[in-house]
Amino acid sequence: MTIPPVPPAFYLVLSGILFTIGVIGALTRRNAIVVFMCIELMLNSVNLSFITFSRFLQSIEGVLFAFFVIAVAAAEASVGLAIFVMLYRSRETINVDEVNLLKW
Amino acid sequence: MLDHVWLVPLFPAIGFILNGLFGRPLGKKAVSWIGPSAIGLAFFTSILIFFELLKRPPSERLFEKIIFDWVVSGSFHTVIGYQIDPLSILMALVVTGVSFFIHIYSVGYMHDDPGYIRYFAYLNLFVFMMLNLVLANNFLLMFVGWEGVGLCSYLLIGFWFEKDSASNAGKKAFVVNRVGDFGFLLGMFLLFTSLGKHGIWTLDFTEVFANANKLDPATVTAITILLFIGACGKSAQIPLYVWLPDAMEGPTPVSSLIHAATMVTAGVYMVARCNVLYSMAPLSMAIVATIGVATAIFTASIGFCQNDIKKVLAYSTISQLGYMFLGVGVGAYSAGIFHLMTHAFFKGLLFLGAGSVMHALSGELDMRKMGALRKKIPITFWTFFIATLAIAGIPGLSGFFSKDEILWQAFSSSHGHFLLWLVAAVAAGMTAFYMFRALFLTFFGESRVDPHVAHHIHESPRIMTIPLIILAVLSVIGGYVGVPHVLGGANHIHEFLAPVVGGGEAAKGHAAVSLMAQAWASGGESLGHSAALELLMMVISVIIALIGIGMAYLFYIKNPALPKLMAERWKGLYTLVANKYYVDEMYQVLFVNSIKKLGVGLWKGFDDFVIDGTVNGIAILIGWISGVMRRVQTGLVQNYAFSMVVGGLILIIYYIVRVLFY
Repeated sequence: MTIPPVPPAFYLVLSGILFTIGVIGALTRRNAIVVFMCIELMLNSVNLSFITFSRFLQSIEGVLFAFFVIAVAAAEASVGLAIFVMLYRSRETINVDEVNLLKW
Repeated sequence: MLDHVWLVPLFPAIGFILNGLFGRPLGKKAVSWIGPSAIGLAFFTSILIFFELLKRPPSERLFEKIIFDWVVSGSFHTVIGYQIDPLSILMALVVTGVSFFIHIYSVGYMHDDPGYIRYFAYLNLFVFMMLNLVLANNFLLMFVGWEGVGLCSYLLIGFWFEKDSASNAGKKAFVVNRVGDFGFLLGMFLLFTSLGKHGIWTLDFTEVFANANKLDPATVTAITILLFIGACGKSAQIPLYVWLPDAMEGPTPVSSLIHAATMVTAGVYMVARCNVLYSMAPLSMAIVATIGVATAIFTASIGFCQNDIKKVLAYSTISQLGYMFLGVGVGAYSAGIFHLMTHAFFKGLLFLGAGSVMHALSGELDMRKMGALRKKIPITFWTFFIATLAIAGIPGLSGFFSKDEILWQAFSSSHGHFLLWLVAAVAAGMTAFYMFRALFLTFFGESRVDPHVAHHIHESPRIMTIPLIILAVLSVIGGYVGVPHVLGGANHIHEFLAPVVGGGEAAKGHAAVSLMAQAWASGGESLGHSAALELLMMVISVIIALIGIGMAYLFYIKNPALPKLMAERWKGLYTLVANKYYVDEMYQVLFVNSIKKLGVGLWKGFDDFVIDGTVNGIAILIGWISGVMRRVQTGLVQNYAFSMVVGGLILIIYYIVRVLFY
């Protein structure tokens, strides 16, 4: 029996669900690393929709964008983790709601 | 020589620049040479020009020298140019001549003053400006001179600016003059625009007067009244005379030069210069004459009760200026200018004499602390005496001829009136009284000098007495240029000025016979012959003057206790007059205080409340908004992220709604 191809809407819905989970996580979690992981999740959900469109539109641009996003995410991860390390060294916490110096 | 008229104002200008910019490095000695010699050269040049002008026939005695274009704008064109005619050259002679002697006198008088260099710089600048005023060939340049002399007057009144009274007097003079200058400016504007309506855009004297007949009478009246307001300010007439008595705070030679001999007569000169306009406006002439005669008698009465010798002379100056305005106001322009000239001699001399008295008494001004100085400072006494005789109108001296000419014209000219003559004649008697009062109090009677001052009373040095003697000679002979026909004279000055100020149909007196006859008929008398009448008037005015002198003699020599008795008898009147009729106080309340109140009101109400309120209000508002808005900056990354999400959602909803509903 042949498995019918998954319709593109499914991919997009999955991407949307993942993005929403990422957003909610990024907004609500206190641990900086978790927030960071949620942002990665959001990036990857976007990658998923890029790939979906690339495949269904038979165009290479979406794939290209996905690669760019992965590259940027890698760079971001290294910078972000370095910041967390420094943050922990100076304040002994990585809770984002305790890091609020940059305000009025 | 006429072509070199620009040399006349140039010399004082050079003197001003040398003294003003390089006075300190050049040193005091150089300054005392530069100052007077600059004026001396100007005087000499004026004399040469004068004789050159005399060689020409009377109808050709007008010469204009254009130096350069000044304002060229569209059809309007004004030049820096000087005009030589009998009127301007006479004024230039008086200005440079009297200035020259006063400059020399100042070398002695100001010798120990720390501001010596500054003084001569100002004085040279003054002469430069005054010469611009009298020699200008258009209204605009005249106005420059007009303002320039006002500036120098301010600077010199406030010369000893460390003294509060002096700097205040300077300010007062400047502010009061500004009121008058405003009128002058408006008059000039009105003249300019109303001539412009006829396509003549000019302020040049010759062109204006040639086209004056194109103006309608109402406009001319308005112009002349506005110009006269300017003259009132500059020449200290009612109601703007209040600055002149205070101006005596300046050094005495300044009072003599600026506030007696030259600058204050600028108004008279201006009216005489604009005689074409004034003759077209009988109403303005009546106003000029009335103000003049009112000022003459009003300020003469104030002179009665002043104890400061310079104040007496100041009020006397105002009073004499009133005479000059009476003269020009009744159409006797040459008589006004004649009196201007003789007044410059004898009043300049009186002030210099007062300065010499002050010099002898270590700066004492109060006549109650003088007396019996006749023997101690004889030269000062004799010159002062001659000047007093001249101003009192004793026959044979200059004041008699000029004053009598005015009195006669006030009566006989077609613009004159019996009342004008009467008031002026009474004022003449009062003049004789207060001048002799000053003379007696200063030089006669018993010495009331402070003992510690008394032992070093001394006659002034020769550099001061020689100008006194020269001016005394001029005070005597100055009148002989204008001996009236009735006394067998030729009245040269009248003939000389006639090309500028009109043929003087009135001045001859004959045309006015019918009018006089009327006046006398109403007085119950009739006299047919004008010459006899003129002689009679002359005798009357001499008698009035003698009465004044006699009264002064009675009051201050014969019975020195009498003035005190009188003062106590009419205490109210005496206080009123001694306080100058409270005019200063009245002005203080009416104008100064109300303007101050307005100023304070505007400051507190408008400036503090409206302007500052707006500016500060905007700042406060922005501060408040920022205070609210900065709460947004929580410093929490998640809040920022949340607002980003909300923004994104709003965008998405917007596009969805747009797609769904449109």
